[in-house]
Amino acid sequence: MPHAASHTTEEHHEPTGFWSRYIFSQDHKVIAIQYTITALVVGFVGLFLSWLMRLQLGFPGEFNFINPNNYLQFMTQHGMIMVVYLLTAILLGGFGNYLIPLMIGTRDMAFPFLNMLSYWIYLVSVILLLAAFFVPGGPTGAGWTLYPPQSVLPNASPGADWGIRLLILSLAVFVASGTMGGLNYVTTVLQLRTRGMTLMRMPLSVWGIFIASILALLAFPALFVGGVMLLLDSLFGTSFFIPVVNVLGQQLGREGGNPILFQHLFWYFGHPEVYIVILPAMGIVSDLLSTHARKPIFGYKAMVISIAAIAAIGFIVWAHHMFVSGMNPYFGFWFAIATVIIAIPSAVKTYNWLLTLWKGNLHLNTPMLFALGFVSTFIIGGLTGLFLGNVIADVPLHDTYFVTGHFHLVMGVSAIFGIFGGLYHWFPKAVGRMYSEALGKLHFWVTFVGSYLIFFPMFGEGFLGLPRRYFSFKGIESFSPIIHDLNVFITIVALAVGAAQLLFVFNLIWGAWKGRKAEANPWRATTLEWQTPTTPPPHGNWGAQLPVVHRWPYDYSLPDAPQDYIPQTTSQRS
Amino acid sequence: MEKPSTLREIITDWASDQPTFRMSWGKAMMWIFLLSDAFIFGSFLAAYAGARLAATGPWPAAEKVFALHIGHTEVPLLLIAIMTFVLISSSGTMALAVTYGYQKNRTKTGLFLMLTVLLGLTFVGMQVFEWTKLIHEGFRPWENPMGAPQFGASFFMLTGFHGMHVTAGVIYLLIVAIKALRGVYDRLGDYQNVEIAGLYWHFVDLVWVFIFAFFYLL
Repeated sequence: MPHAASHTTEEHHEPTGFWSRYIFSQDHKVIAIQYTITALVVGFVGLFLSWLMRLQLGFPGEFNFINPNNYLQFMTQHGMIMVVYLLTAILLGGFGNYLIPLMIGTRDMAFPFLNMLSYWIYLVSVILLLAAFFVPGGPTGAGWTLYPPQSVLPNASPGADWGIRLLILSLAVFVASGTMGGLNYVTTVLQLRTRGMTLMRMPLSVWGIFIASILALLAFPALFVGGVMLLLDSLFGTSFFIPVVNVLGQQLGREGGNPILFQHLFWYFGHPEVYIVILPAMGIVSDLLSTHARKPIFGYKAMVISIAAIAAIGFIVWAHHMFVSGMNPYFGFWFAIATVIIAIPSAVKTYNWLLTLWKGNLHLNTPMLFALGFVSTFIIGGLTGLFLGNVIADVPLHDTYFVTGHFHLVMGVSAIFGIFGGLYHWFPKAVGRMYSEALGKLHFWVTFVGSYLIFFPMFGEGFLGLPRRYFSFKGIESFSPIIHDLNVFITIVALAVGAAQLLFVFNLIWGAWKGRKAEANPWRATTLEWQTPTTPPPHGNWGAQLPVVHRWPYDYSLPDAPQDYIPQTTSQRS
Repeated sequence: MEKPSTLREIITDWASDQPTFRMSWGKAMMWIFLLSDAFIFGSFLAAYAGARLAATGPWPAAEKVFALHIGHTEVPLLLIAIMTFVLISSSGTMALAVTYGYQKNRTKTGLFLMLTVLLGLTFVGMQVFEWTKLIHEGFRPWENPMGAPQFGASFFMLTGFHGMHVTAGVIYLLIVAIKALRGVYDRLGDYQNVEIAGLYWHFVDLVWVFIFAFFYLL
């Protein structure tokens, strides 16, 4: 029996009760919204923590409740929350869940029950993460990289007893949730595409999420294993990562551990993790640029191949985070070369975005502005990455604010721009109402200009040698006085940009509640999710008949066509 | 007309609008899960190698640690050899269960599944015995009388994590066996779930072979 027929005959009983419909729902769209809201809420906790850090850096000594201990805790939790619990969760759990079934034309994920479980387990991991704020000693302050020995030795860093254990537990639970989700995303894309939806007719959003899900399935294991060993070191006194340590002349009863081993395990996960968040954002931005520039994406095949190439090479570059770790210097040679090679597929993608815009009919609405913002911050962040990929430049820059500026622009701000763009773009489909375009644009300009004002000066601070992760620079006279002024400036901008995110929240809530009713296809887009029978799409997405795909997703502005876009469901003849 | 190359044909086939792998999504999902799980065990073994290479204390000789005394002779790795034999035999009974499943033979499928469960339980039981014996001899995750503390730590971590997989597999197979015996798969007209469970079980056996080679033999 052909697979398409077997899907249509599958029965989909629509749940009727409130609980089964909105809370314990197995519908991918509801799960996607649950993921998105939860991730955004945690993200705001992360944002608030960054405010506290900036207050200390801009106005040292003014805020007495911030001390070196909780400064480090704010920093660690901010990093962990933003990378794992916000970006990864919202891009795979939120966008992955919403877009994959709709864009490839299936009724739901392969295994809806596992999908639901994935969200609830994610929620448990979030609760464990936040619970660390309420245990004795507070959350860990060892930096989001959790490097031993200081992360687990008593009193070596804040939260070295219960904080670190809760965080590892939370991460292990997150890995379980991510695996359940990832299995669904990968299997659904591979096995459940509708008739006509060949792999090379999939929108780039699906490609990005698909490849990122594979990365998650292959990279999270290393984090899990590193976490288990770290937990054993902390709970049972094993010495996987603890060498002989002298504290105040007292030798701790540990010996023979290998702290660099943890760094290898961590970054074997940590580097692909960067691509787990940036590849879906790249895919989303590609679709946004093409749709709102009314032009076919330039070099679709090259886009797909470069996504795959970035993912594959991404697994053999991890030790470029460890040039100053004391590992064998010969490793540096290899990892520097592999790192710089990644610039090639990244550049291919960037040129393709620019060439997609070339002579396009640009509609500068909010999603498009965020997509353009992504391209801009990705270029600046990516180019500064080339500095850090070279061992000789990395060594002096590594522990300075140059790195902070680099990774915030290239994977923090860029990824969140992709997310904002995507949220505004698909909001009318998911909710059935429009957001306020004026508020959206205001949100964009404040965030875009603000991001540069925050992170660009950090490159300068880094060149001046300002070390990152420091609580205070008091008493270090060698720094140029401009650094203090810069820090005050960055802090003020950061507070403003953070507050501006309330515009976004207000816009979405107001839009969902009072916004103008959205048309089925407000952006006149070609992809399948805009061709659903009703908006928002019903349970089971497609009504009686699954859509049939006849063309790729980028048929914009074809000459001789009656309108400037042709949906994927339109047959080639008509 | 130009004849398309074989590679091109493979790619075209693969990228068509059909399921990429000619199997149900359930089976595909199990394969993908096992790939991810293989990375977990791969990371565990690589981390064990890293810890062992860095350990400063002398690494205990596995054949001494895991020797059993039969009368007055010391037989190295006797228990481990039996455990390995039991687990590999259980792969054989599992394969028979899958075969009978394809023949839609309800009783024999259920029987061989139950036999696999029993062999799995035997393995876990022997592992419990091994742990107890070592703990009595003073082995702890943080120290052991024979040398480097990382030896005990790696031992408990690797065999513990594998043992958890076996235990989970025993429960999983037990559920599948009960379903098979109750005729659930007969009513479905499909014994595929037996094969999917089999994939998991063979994987757990395969992992043991690597642990056996890298921890007990090397």
